[in-house]
Amino acid sequence: MDFALTDEQQRLVETARKFTKEKIIPVAQRLDEHGTFPKEICEQAWEIGLMNAEIPQEYGGLGLSTLDHVLMAEEINYGCAGIGTTLLGNNLAAMPLILAGTEDQKKKFCGSLTEAPIFAAYACSEPDAGSDVAGMRTAVRKVGQEYVMTGQKRWITNARFASWYTVFGRIGDVRDRHKGITCFVVPRDLPGVSVGKKEDKLGQRASDTSDVLFEEVKLGKEHLVGEEGQGFKIAMKTFDRSRPWIAAGACGIMRRALDECRRYALERKAFGQAIAQFQAIQFMLAEMAMKYEATRLLMWKASWSIGQGKLDAIESSYAKAFGADSAMAVATDAVQIFGGYGYTKEYPVEKLMRDAKLLQIYEGTSQIQRMVIARNLLAQGQ
Amino acid sequence: MQIELTEEQRLLRDTCREFAEKELRPNAKRWDREHRFPAEAVGKAFELGLGGVAVPSEWGGAGMDTVAYALAIEEISRGCASVGVTLSVNNSLFCDPVFKYGNDQQKERWLKPFARGEKIGCFGLTEPQAGSDAAEQRTTAVRKGDRYLVNGTKNWITNGPVANAIVMFTMTDLSKGTKGITAFVVDTDTPGFVRQKTDEKLGICASPSCTIFFDNLEVPAWQRLGAEGDGFKIAMSTLDGGRIGIAAQAIGIGRAAFEEARDYAKLRKTFDVPIAQHQAIQFMLADMATELEAARLLTLRAAAMKDQGLRHTRESAMAKLYASEAANRVADKALQIHGGMGYSKEMDVERHFRDARITEIYEGTSEIQRLVISNALLK
Ligand SMILES: Cc1cc2nc3c(=O)[nH]c(=O)nc-3n(C[C@H](O)[C@H](O)[C@H](O)COP(=O)(O)OP(=O)(O)OC[C@H]3O[C@@H](n4cnc5c(N)ncnc54)[C@H](O)[C@@H]3O)c2cc1C
Ligand SMILES: Cc1cc2nc3c(=O)[nH]c(=O)nc-3n(C[C@H](O)[C@H](O)[C@H](O)COP(=O)(O)OP(=O)(O)OC[C@H]3O[C@@H](n4cnc5c(N)ncnc54)[C@H](O)[C@@H]3O)c2cc1C
Repeated sequence: MDFALTDEQQRLVETARKFTKEKIIPVAQRLDEHGTFPKEICEQAWEIGLMNAEIPQEYGGLGLSTLDHVLMAEEINYGCAGIGTTLLGNNLAAMPLILAGTEDQKKKFCGSLTEAPIFAAYACSEPDAGSDVAGMRTAVRKVGQEYVMTGQKRWITNARFASWYTVFGRIGDVRDRHKGITCFVVPRDLPGVSVGKKEDKLGQRASDTSDVLFEEVKLGKEHLVGEEGQGFKIAMKTFDRSRPWIAAGACGIMRRALDECRRYALERKAFGQAIAQFQAIQFMLAEMAMKYEATRLLMWKASWSIGQGKLDAIESSYAKAFGADSAMAVATDAVQIFGGYGYTKEYPVEKLMRDAKLLQIYEGTSQIQRMVIARNLLAQGQ
Repeated sequence: MQIELTEEQRLLRDTCREFAEKELRPNAKRWDREHRFPAEAVGKAFELGLGGVAVPSEWGGAGMDTVAYALAIEEISRGCASVGVTLSVNNSLFCDPVFKYGNDQQKERWLKPFARGEKIGCFGLTEPQAGSDAAEQRTTAVRKGDRYLVNGTKNWITNGPVANAIVMFTMTDLSKGTKGITAFVVDTDTPGFVRQKTDEKLGICASPSCTIFFDNLEVPAWQRLGAEGDGFKIAMSTLDGGRIGIAAQAIGIGRAAFEEARDYAKLRKTFDVPIAQHQAIQFMLADMATELEAARLLTLRAAAMKDQGLRHTRESAMAKLYASEAANRVADKALQIHGGMGYSKEMDVERHFRDARITEIYEGTSEIQRLVISNALLK
């Protein structure tokens, strides 16, 4: 057993940390305030290899392991979870192709992300189907050798800026639940594809979240990812791979909260001493540090398992659920430690609190993670 | 033991509920987004007698009691937490100390129009280095004949940008510590009263607050509230009452969040059933409702004790501590029950989540409430 990072991982972390410090932290507050998409920052991140981490080298990517990826993502999220989520959007769009795409699709679509700093999006959720993926309604009609897609996707990260979408639709009846769900890769410029309303959000405001609409979009075999009816499985496998990334978001937020709070608690005085001298503050800091450390270990373990080819849904869910809930608690305490100042836009902690809440919602809510965990646990008992 | 509201209390609560439903709830989201002080709605609330609910009618108030006041603030805050705190500050932090510590001349000028709601008051205790530790006052008031010359800074002053007068705290004798703190009531149009720009906050965005500088502010001696050195006592006893208002505000925010989550859970379907049928959601709702009930009981007990003239420092602190923490748990769960929708500014719950957070900070943080309570326990 060994928790040491390799030299390469160490370098990766340092690169990401430096980028975060120099490029992200100075502008994060402003991007958040105006809900500005971090296009230029992403372009710069792309230049130095901080985007599209897990795309294999044969398609021009970095071919990083999940562990490398989360180490890097934690650093980015330390600066701004909205930017973290933007980068995550690309990885999420690429993952179904990495897992189930054809050689041509990987070359063309995954390759496109590595040839230029462009965006892609993962379009699964709908207005009436979030937790319940199998309840989706986006309809795919088969017409000869072609597919015709009609439907509405909601909450799609990067939607407005994406060049292509990984889309889940259903062939057959809604009552078939997960059976007919099928995955497609859909170029933005196909006739019938459009972007709808943009969400005005509580947090992670630099990330773009918008509707994507498909109106009689004609697709061919070349757009089909995996086989017909395999979409649900592909979506779930993608989640197994992506949930540790959310834990990385949680780690970034928690470490930032801890750093900010430690500094503030040592500086700020009340009753003639630094507030760091009060046990109430000390215990909050201790709690924060424990939650950060435990999340990081769960995240490392899940990522390591993936790297070993021993992917286990339950481990990904542990990391995601524990990380998200911990980040929410830690960011809430961070506001408390800052007192009145924590409540204002002049200090970074109120943003941490707004940003953290999303972690408990997307990529499967905290409740859905517990369902996954319980289902796996109970299955093991049978 | 009997827990029952009087006819008058019930009537006020129902009136406020109706007012909040009609005038506040439909607009609160817009005021929040525009960071706008809803002067007109506050004016209408004042017309209902909410300027000085517990102030006797001969002094311009509604002549009711603290229980009625708490019920009113809960209902108003359920509609709009910003209006809730606007009223709470005027009632608890301005009218209350003027009523309790002011002389008739002062009451004539600073109680009547404020309790009637013709004018609006604010309360200046906090300074950059004196938040939790309110005794660290650096604003000085130096006596010059029949006046005081005041210099210093107050920050986070709720209603500050719109107020007509302030109850404020200064140091008249630095060598005496808390016994050197003295309170004044001052009109905000007095030369030397300088307001800074309105604070940018996480929530209660329709409640304007700001930093205030006193730049050689001249205050006639007759505007002193109580004697020299009484200031700290006045501030602390005022906060005993104020905390009842903030507890009620927290319950109002929590109730709004709870009710919206409950209604949403009945409509929203996943896995072919309303999410209200999943036990995880049911139990969240059960906890939310239970905590809000408990918070209300604590709050009304503190209010009733104040009305009976009993010391209620500990009870107010318990009510404020529990209600504010409960409100935050409730708002967090309510947002969670809304899933992705909860994260969108389209839904009111997003605002409740931000608004709830302040209740654990102002009028004494949760840590300060725990200090007050444990001090009382261990005495
Ligand atoms: C900012 C943002 C970005 C997003 N980005 C993407 C993206 O890029 N691509 C994409 O496809 N989607 C994305 N999503 C969608 C996200 O994954 C969904 O919002 C999420 O899965 C929850 O679904 P929902 O909003 O429909 O909530 P619902 O499914 O309606 O859930 C409502 C509540 O019920 C609970 N619940 C549901 N079912 C059960 C059950 N059986 N038992 C107990 N509790 C239950 C939930 O936990 C939640 O608390 C994003 C969402 C947001 C807010
Ligand atoms: C929106 C808003 C409106 C406000 N309105 C008003 C107003 O109208 N009038 C007014 O006078 N003030 C007002 N305030 C000020 C408010 O009351 C203070 O912010 C609050 O008392 C906390 O003080 P502080 O911000 O200086 O935090 P600090 O006192 O610096 O506290 C920092 C942290 O240390 C903790 N801490 C401090 N001392 C101890 C201790 N002994 N033991 C354990 N923990 C401790 C605190 O709980 C907090 O977590 C307002 C504040 C805000 C944000």
